[in-house]
Amino acid sequence: MDAARRALLPTEEAVALLDLTTELAEKELAPRVSEYEEAHRFPRELFRVLGRSGLLGLPYPEQYGGGAQPYEVYLQVVEELSRHWLAVGMGVSVHTLSCHALAHYGDERQKERWLPDMVGGELLGAYCLSEPAHGSDAAHLGTRAVLDGDEYVVDGTKAWITHGGEADFYTVLVRTGEHGARGITALLADAQTPGLSAAPPERKMGLRSSTTAQVRLEGARIAAERRLGAEGQGFAIAMDALDAGRLGIAACAVGLAQAAFDAAVSYARDRVQFGKPIIEHDGVGFLLADMATRLEVGRAGYLAAARLRDLGLPFTRQAAAAKLYCTDAAMQTAIDAVQVFGGYGYTTDFPVERYLREAKVLQIVEGTNQIQRRVIARALVR
Amino acid sequence: MKIVVLVKQVPDTWAEKRLDPDTLTVDRASVDGLINEMDEFAVEEALQLAEKHGGEVTVVCMGPEGATDAYKKALQMGVDKAVFLTDPALAGSDAVGTSYALAQVLGTLEYDLVILGSEASDARTSIVPALLAERLGLPQLTFASKVEVDGTSIKINRQTDYGHDVVEAGLPAVVSVVEKINEPRYPSFKGIMAAKKKPVQTLDAAAAAIDTARVGAVGSWSKVLDATVTPPRSKGTIVTDEGSGGVELADFLATKKFV
Repeated sequence: MDAARRALLPTEEAVALLDLTTELAEKELAPRVSEYEEAHRFPRELFRVLGRSGLLGLPYPEQYGGGAQPYEVYLQVVEELSRHWLAVGMGVSVHTLSCHALAHYGDERQKERWLPDMVGGELLGAYCLSEPAHGSDAAHLGTRAVLDGDEYVVDGTKAWITHGGEADFYTVLVRTGEHGARGITALLADAQTPGLSAAPPERKMGLRSSTTAQVRLEGARIAAERRLGAEGQGFAIAMDALDAGRLGIAACAVGLAQAAFDAAVSYARDRVQFGKPIIEHDGVGFLLADMATRLEVGRAGYLAAARLRDLGLPFTRQAAAAKLYCTDAAMQTAIDAVQVFGGYGYTTDFPVERYLREAKVLQIVEGTNQIQRRVIARALVR
Repeated sequence: MKIVVLVKQVPDTWAEKRLDPDTLTVDRASVDGLINEMDEFAVEEALQLAEKHGGEVTVVCMGPEGATDAYKKALQMGVDKAVFLTDPALAGSDAVGTSYALAQVLGTLEYDLVILGSEASDARTSIVPALLAERLGLPQLTFASKVEVDGTSIKINRQTDYGHDVVEAGLPAVVSVVEKINEPRYPSFKGIMAAKKKPVQTLDAAAAAIDTARVGAVGSWSKVLDATVTPPRSKGTIVTDEGSGGVELADFLATKKFV
């Protein structure tokens, strides 16, 4: 992290936290990322290392074992992790999202019972909203939950679940009532619940060390006391969580863009053509200047939205704008980084081709960038 | 059990370093300071022993004013309190002077065991543990790759080129550790926050009853007379094998005394 960014951190604690994050990332993540990505290997043990250092519960209250950090700081931790290993940064973002419903909509008894373990670092969470037939149109999800005594009996399939099969708990959105958004309810399921299982992981273009799988619920019985919020409140809970989750993805995108940018600058300083480093040729220098500009603007954008959230002000539109801008910026930056590397960039000997494959998913997850535009446009109508 | 762990703040090993042309000591202001890597193993061992046997761990650090990163790291890892010895008169102390100053600080503390890293990454004399033990009149158990404490005695595996010796002594004692001994923990975020509230006692030379004539550049037994920058790596020799490559390679290794 450069001096300018450090100077803008709000507290001494934040500086120490970011330093700790950088140390963990450089010593534990950076040496392993290439090997794990290539082998499609999920780094479960590294999440435990991060958890023991307190990185899996940063934005949650101290009384439940969280780090009590503002989003402004938590997101920069996600960015820093993503700079070294996108799948890990995104994993932390997804885990944090999976604790959101309980932390914000659970009652006191529920929070005391489950939240300390969920944010304490040993457990990993997953968030189940999408379904094979209901992605962007989540309000029409079809996974059915029927109350039977003091248990919900749940049947359906959840799709694109980050940590599917790896997680210890799942925050699941199910249909308990009428068609549409008002019939949706949030449940907190233990991974050991009989009838809950994960399909074989998806074979993905990038982000291969992050397990993505369908999660099947086949007569899974989930205790009614594990319902978060009221019946029918689930969609509102999901959308609230997504606002925060979008900022997480924006931070991931800036971290990835930073990695691509750093690689490109370093290469362009060393690579000599026509008698001088290619960074001194305007064709390349201007490309890098545009990359640097997108980074600065993107980071400022997600941090501005985060500060609104930290102040308790509405931030839905700003979060959508940050997610849209930062992930498009990461895509373009990764494309340009490959261009700066020329032929070498197209080989797997350098990390930029991986950044290019990874950037694409950020334009799709946590609401496609078309959905973000819709969120922004709708906010303008009212 | 009361354990004192000694740490040193050193210039970042990987950073470009230079010598101050006037004092011929490392220009510490121009590079980031951090805890000597080997000392993290000492801190970890102290914490593990305290966790196993109960007791408290105090970190002691000597350094220039503001060189607080090393002991802070120890506090963040879980050490209970810190003593920081800083005084302009200490600048330029060699190993002999340093061991005297540290022994004086230890004289103000209660302890059953003193643990430190077996060498610092800057000067690499590896001699402070032995000097310190001598000054304190305590048994020295150096280059430990394993430490076991049993009430009033201590047993270590002393790492050697051919394996290890088992060395035993009564407590209190001075132990230096090698990297093989453990896996230092990362501080947790909560540890970092808690560290800010832990007691830090700052001492100057007078407070530790240090005779300033025996420390610093003035009091040092050794003096650096001259220093030269390491010459840049030469390109090496390329031998094209025209049938005699093997012989030339063997000759090269023989001249360098590798074979």
